Amino acid sequence: MTTRPLTPAPAGRRRHELWARTTKVLKSSSFRITLFYMLMLSASVAVLLGFIYWFTSGFMDRQTDATIGAEIQGLAEQYHQRGLPGLSAVIRERIAQDPTGAAVYLLADQAFTPLVGNLDRWPAGFPDANGWMHFRLCDRGPDHAEEHTARGQVFPLHGDLLLLVGRDVRDLERTRHLILDALAWGLALTTALALLGGWIVSHRVLRRLEAINQTSREIMEGDLSRRIPMRGSGDDFDQLAAGLNTMVARIESLMAGVRQVSDNIAHDLRTPLTRLRTKLELLRAELGEDHPAGATAAETIADAEELLTTFNALLRIARIESGGRRDAFAPVDLAPLLADLTELYEPVAAERDQRLDLQASDCAWVIGDRDLLFQALGNLVDNAVKYTPPGGRVELALRDTEHAVIIEVADNGPGIPESLHAEVFHRFFRADHSRSTLGSGLGLSLVQAVVQLHGATIELRNNAPGLRVRMSLERAAAPETLQERPLPAER
Amino acid sequence: MRVLLIEDDRQVADYLRKALGEAGAVTDHAADGREGLLMAASGNYDALILDRMLPGLDGLAILRTLRASGNQTPVLILSALGEVDDRVDGLRAGGDDYLVKPFAFSELHARLDALMRRGTVDAPETRLRVADLEMDLLKREVTRAGRPIVLQPREFRLLEYLLRHAGQVVTRTMLLEQVWDYHFDPQTNIIDVHISRLRGKIDREFDTPLLHTVRGAGYMLRAP
Repeated sequence: MTTRPLTPAPAGRRRHELWARTTKVLKSSSFRITLFYMLMLSASVAVLLGFIYWFTSGFMDRQTDATIGAEIQGLAEQYHQRGLPGLSAVIRERIAQDPTGAAVYLLADQAFTPLVGNLDRWPAGFPDANGWMHFRLCDRGPDHAEEHTARGQVFPLHGDLLLLVGRDVRDLERTRHLILDALAWGLALTTALALLGGWIVSHRVLRRLEAINQTSREIMEGDLSRRIPMRGSGDDFDQLAAGLNTMVARIESLMAGVRQVSDNIAHDLRTPLTRLRTKLELLRAELGEDHPAGATAAETIADAEELLTTFNALLRIARIESGGRRDAFAPVDLAPLLADLTELYEPVAAERDQRLDLQASDCAWVIGDRDLLFQALGNLVDNAVKYTPPGGRVELALRDTEHAVIIEVADNGPGIPESLHAEVFHRFFRADHSRSTLGSGLGLSLVQAVVQLHGATIELRNNAPGLRVRMSLERAAAPETLQERPLPAER
Repeated sequence: MRVLLIEDDRQVADYLRKALGEAGAVTDHAADGREGLLMAASGNYDALILDRMLPGLDGLAILRTLRASGNQTPVLILSALGEVDDRVDGLRAGGDDYLVKPFAFSELHARLDALMRRGTVDAPETRLRVADLEMDLLKREVTRAGRPIVLQPREFRLLEYLLRHAGQVVTRTMLLEQVWDYHFDPQTNIIDVHISRLRGKIDREFDTPLLHTVRGAGYMLRAP
């Protein structure tokens, strides 16, 4: 359960919460799946766009090359038929017919001296084995001189002449850049959209998972009547929720069955035990204290008493574990409770020459059952006092931290080996079987049951020497008005 | 002293009647809820012993009906359900005390005694006295034979309770519930240690002991 502060949360805490929520989203499996999906999608889109680029840009290149090749073929034919004058005439005619100036023609002699063409000198650059070359052109525009690239093919003619036919590929390059830009933006946009979509999807999924988590936590804490909310859409989450709900309903009915059985046992066994005990008491009273059989009756009563104590403790643990005790939950201040406990046990410790000390904060509120908490802590103190040799000391501490209320019961007795720390909460556990101390071996089981009922944690530590038991409960806000206990006290 | 016992278990009822009879009470018995309610409503009893689980009419229903009709007879609830929420239910329904089966008859007797005497105290007292032991509730002072006795606050409450129930047996559980205000089962006899401390202060230096141990039952503060 959460406690709401009266003052608005400070900015630091809000930032902290935002950060916590963001890391939660980042850590979620749904977000990771989305991230993976986004990477896959981006890679696929990149491959697809690359193919489109290669296809369009390559197509334009091949188109240019084919045009140049065809022109050279045509010019070579003209030269073959009409000789140099004919070729020169055709070249001039073609230059005149090309208003864009994109076509480049140059006929030169062996020494690269231009004869006919629209270049004033042979361009720098070396042609490859097939005569293809790239070269730079100076723009002959009126306003500015601009360099751009051209591509052309050199073709040797008879009579030691060289024919260069080319195309200005400036527009081509521009188009290529345009395509490249478009493709890059497309890729970036795909990635961004995939990321955004992923965040939205994982956020929605997380919200539903969080609802399931929240409910299962409440169920684990013992509220078996809780059910995971369903949307009625019949989707995967609804099916999961329905499955879990059915499971919890089944557990609840089983627990109710256990509870019913234990109630029945309680009723069916306690009544004859009451009779047994009453009869024994009457018997003892009739025989009188001095009669030898009266002493036997007294011993039998003591035996019955022991039997009843164990029986009651078992039933009590079972009932606490079934979690039906939350009706009695209320805000409890542990500070006076521990003071009472210390005051109650102090004479017992003093009788064993032990010191029992309490270090407590002024107040420490939790939500819980006052009597059960007192019982659990009483059992812990009882154990500590019981197992610590005379002259030892038992220390109680209560700390009210930001989120938790921590209670420690530490002694300097023989302690419990760490290998047995997990077992001590089992029913009928005894650390030392030969020890002839009183007790049913159920004290710590009851503590464990109370701890679980309160959604608290308990751990044992080595106090070197001795045992340190540390209980941690969720902190609650102090109630605004202190209410009277409903139980009537002594008038 | 007239007591009405509403209890469906015949054997428990018979023994209780017998034991209460020996303790000087006249006991009527009803074996089911309806009969019990009729008898409780019509008869003039000093106390009711009411089993919680009854055929016919539930014990708490009887109690609520009685209280709603203005009947203020002290009621001691008997139950096989030992948990505190059940106890709270019982006390909310108008019960005055709650005892879980199985119980020692001495416990029942002591509690019944305490219940019935409760009604007789009318005016708020300012002084309590047993023999030469005196308690001034206003000044919060205790003297015996005129000599002041210094008590810790809890010892004061313990002695006050014993003085208020002087001449009656009070059990260890009654003391835990009334003086310490906790319903729990101590694993050790912590109350005995507190009593022996108190005894050290009020009895040790005097010839006649006032605080007595009642074997198998509890304690009693009485004049010699």
